[in-house]
Amino acid sequence: MSATSTQDAARPPAGDSAALLSIRDVSKRFGKRAVLRGISLDVAAGEFLTILGESGSGKTTLLRLIAGFEQLDRGEIWMAGERLDPLPAFRRPVNTVFQSYALFPHLTVFENVAYGPRAKGVAKIEIPERVRQALDMVKMGEFAQSAPARRSGGQQQRIALARALVNRPRVLLLDEPLSALDANLRRQMQVELKSLQREVGITFIFVTHDQEEAMALSDRIALLRAGLLEQVAGPREIYGQPATAYAAQFIGQTNVLVAEVCDGIAHAGAVVWRTFGPSGKCNFSLRPECIRLVAPGTPVDAADVSTARFRGNILNQTFGGAMDLLEIDCGNSQRLRARIPAPGPVSGERQFEFNASDTVRVRAGSED
Amino acid sequence: MYSRAYKAAVAIPPALWVSVFLLVPYAILLCYSFWSVSSQQVIVHNWNLQNYLQLVRNPIYLTVLFRSMRIAGAVTLLALVLGYPLAYYLSFHAAGRKDLLYQLVIIPLWASYLVRGYAWKTILGSDGVLNGFLQYLHITQHPVESLLYSPFAVVLTLTHIYTPFTFLPIFASLEHVPRNLVEASHDLGASPWATFRRVILPLSLPGVLAGATFAFVLTLGDFLAPLLVGGPSGIMISNIVVSLFGAAYNWPLGAAISLCMLLLVVGLLFSTERLERKLTLS
Repeated sequence: MSATSTQDAARPPAGDSAALLSIRDVSKRFGKRAVLRGISLDVAAGEFLTILGESGSGKTTLLRLIAGFEQLDRGEIWMAGERLDPLPAFRRPVNTVFQSYALFPHLTVFENVAYGPRAKGVAKIEIPERVRQALDMVKMGEFAQSAPARRSGGQQQRIALARALVNRPRVLLLDEPLSALDANLRRQMQVELKSLQREVGITFIFVTHDQEEAMALSDRIALLRAGLLEQVAGPREIYGQPATAYAAQFIGQTNVLVAEVCDGIAHAGAVVWRTFGPSGKCNFSLRPECIRLVAPGTPVDAADVSTARFRGNILNQTFGGAMDLLEIDCGNSQRLRARIPAPGPVSGERQFEFNASDTVRVRAGSED
Repeated sequence: MYSRAYKAAVAIPPALWVSVFLLVPYAILLCYSFWSVSSQQVIVHNWNLQNYLQLVRNPIYLTVLFRSMRIAGAVTLLALVLGYPLAYYLSFHAAGRKDLLYQLVIIPLWASYLVRGYAWKTILGSDGVLNGFLQYLHITQHPVESLLYSPFAVVLTLTHIYTPFTFLPIFASLEHVPRNLVEASHDLGASPWATFRRVILPLSLPGVLAGATFAFVLTLGDFLAPLLVGGPSGIMISNIVVSLFGAAYNWPLGAAISLCMLLLVVGLLFSTERLERKLTLS
């Protein structure tokens, strides 16, 4: 339950105007399965927040609760001082971009985008201009009169975006909107999405299972695991200071070192380094790129206590362009992965080093 | 993919079926419609247009044809009014009871047409269930004779029989309405009623069209219900065809009427199919 306690500390008092959207202790079950188990999360106005998690973590359910497609079992959702959760979906000031776009097949692109303003009773004369602006914003203006089914996946994605944004929602919900696109188009859309969000200044809540996408786009990432929040932080912080072993492993690659700390020295098998904090058994995360290959014959600087050295047998080398990935056996069945600036082929037993300050103490996780 | 011999082999059975049971009989029917019956009640092969002219000249045929179309129209309308809400409820709101309710709609189809016709006879007759009930409640003093043997009885019976046929295609088309479109509509601020009118109804129109075609075409060609519950005022065009091929022994005239009916139905199917294609494309 440690993740909840971080949330408690971060949660502003009720009625704080800093949070546009406030999710408070929300739980949801489907039959016997608890999908969300007491989630609390605040989203600031204009923020790009990503809800990141594996399939089955409850991320889509959380989004659907905000949109109003599901009813919560416990907790509250507030927006700008107004209770959101008792309202039906069609009265909520949020809009959704669906994973499969969900464009109306019997309407033209123009009519799809005009659907929201028409439903909300926007004056008839204003609608064409607003629709045109929205379509221009996503560069789809020239296809206004065509059928959505005739447009490509990426174009349908843009139309879906225009259809949501034309309503000027307080919060835009995006449910894995890019997962159906191929890799190149996906990267291009990521860039466009981010600049679009800056342009319109609307709060985006973006659901994805892709950690790279989450890091590229987000102001903050809420990492969800089995219905609990594992960590909520900016991409740099969550990468540099992962709170749990799960967070460290899910976001980027890492080595989890199970160490015994005794008087400021951590022992993980043959790997030993200086550390601070209490003694006892503890997990550390050490990113592969923090491990360096020591050139043969480099003398040991006894005064330098902040650098830890260890010997290891290189099991495997994977070429990766600028950086190669090495798999190192350090004895005691401990294996580490290191990402090293392309060294050319290396093999056999070599010496490695890392800065003790690059090791991050991580909790086992909110689950365990 | 497939060899030419294989393709020819699989094409033969349906081709045989269609020619033996459809094309040849219709060709024979077409021939008959241009022949005539002599005064000695013998069919003579003198080619003429008398049968078709008689159809237009004798008002009885057109009167019955228009009555048949009115009855078919009424049955279609009633079957839609009953079938659509039923299909909508089952598809969108029945949740766990969906399968059970679906079976309950289908089960009447397993009962013989005749049984259902006779059932209405016992319900609507002058000493039938309905009249007994009305008198028991003292709503009427004497049996209402006009319930049975009237166009009303025909419409009622055929509506009962053909509503499941209308329900099925509507239900199928409603089941195919992607649920995320309904969510998208709500998400964009449309109320449940607006969502129904602007998303669900338009997307289910092909099913409505198919269901309406079923009810109309099947009713138009029906002769058993008028025979059982229709009486003289409930006679339909098929009853005339039956009697022309039977007691009246005027096969040529019967053939002419049948072919006109066939043209009517084919024209109807053709135009609904075009309409449906237009609906699904836009």
